[in-house]
Amino acid sequence: MKTLLAACLASALLAPAIARADDFTLTIKDHKFTPSELKVAAGKRHTITVVNNDDTPEEFESNALKIEKVIVGKSKGVVRIGPLKAGSYPFVGEYHEDTAKGTIVAQ
Amino acid sequence: MLGALIIVFREVLEAGLIVGIVMAATQGVAGRGRWIAIGIGGGIAGAAIVAAFAGVISEAFEGSGQELFNACVLAIAVVMLMWHNAWMARHGREIAAEMRNIGTAVSEGAKPLTALAVVVGLAVLREGSEVVLFLYGIVASGTSLGSVFAGGLLGIACGAAFSALTYFGLLAIPQRYIFAVTSWLIALLAAGMAAQSVQFLNNGGVLTAFDNTVWDTSWLLSEGSIVGRLLHTLIGYTERPTGMQLIVYIGTLVAMYLLMRVASAPQRRRAAAV
Repeated sequence: MKTLLAACLASALLAPAIARADDFTLTIKDHKFTPSELKVAAGKRHTITVVNNDDTPEEFESNALKIEKVIVGKSKGVVRIGPLKAGSYPFVGEYHEDTAKGTIVAQ
Repeated sequence: MLGALIIVFREVLEAGLIVGIVMAATQGVAGRGRWIAIGIGGGIAGAAIVAAFAGVISEAFEGSGQELFNACVLAIAVVMLMWHNAWMARHGREIAAEMRNIGTAVSEGAKPLTALAVVVGLAVLREGSEVVLFLYGIVASGTSLGSVFAGGLLGIACGAAFSALTYFGLLAIPQRYIFAVTSWLIALLAAGMAAQSVQFLNNGGVLTAFDNTVWDTSWLLSEGSIVGRLLHTLIGYTERPTGMQLIVYIGTLVAMYLLMRVASAPQRRRAAAV
């Protein structure tokens, strides 16, 4: 867990404020999203690969992003978002809404 | 337990609303109970199959399988609702006349009933598969099974109760308006489903034209709230509709209206001739 956090911190520090690539990855582990905040460029389309490392299924859901997608345990799914206006767009894992939540920030 | 209740209830709500409307729309049509029961039963069986193959469906079509599947399910439901409304526009008067003769079977009643059974089945399938996956997740994690299942069952019971509430609420409408009201409800239901379907095509990367957000009313009514969810199912309320969703929504309503006019036209001429 500590190494994971360190890796996240390191990548957050090393990554430019707005990632240039249009592909992002969100990881679900213990019903939590990592990273919980994702910065994307506004006005562009992006794909996010959601990797579910839990054994149980999760539903990636966001009314703001108009997405609902089931990702079964130990698998991954591709979610297409955008073009987004600048702003923050919350998302949740519907099956574990109290822990599985995050935000996509378009800027 | 409460968490499970809420999640299951939310999923069952949409299907429950649709079942309630369908029940009201077919009031007095012989054999409707059997057809709707077949729809619900088929939907539950389908939900279990879809849940079991969720991984396979997801990975199909280069990872867009789930979106395409949902888009197709919704599109089929839209076609069935259109068929039903067109059929009702043509035969509604006969049915209303025959309903007065208690015990008279509506000769062609089975036709829209199969369409509506499919609609009910697809609604149960879509929402039900999510319930099955959610409950499976709980079984797999093996925590406090009993209370969560109790919550799940209560959620289903609440959804069924809501379905009954919708049905009896609609029945309170005077007999002579009920066909008109249910036709409108079904038209709006279909338009909302069509807009949802086209969004799934967008999410699947198949159709990305006019995908800019036209307006944002999330400050006024969140789609995640109970009222927002109800309106989402009933009239297709969306916080942030895309251009394409609006085009498809209005297009479906117009198509439905034209279809109903065309369907009812020959009958009117016949009546005029007599």
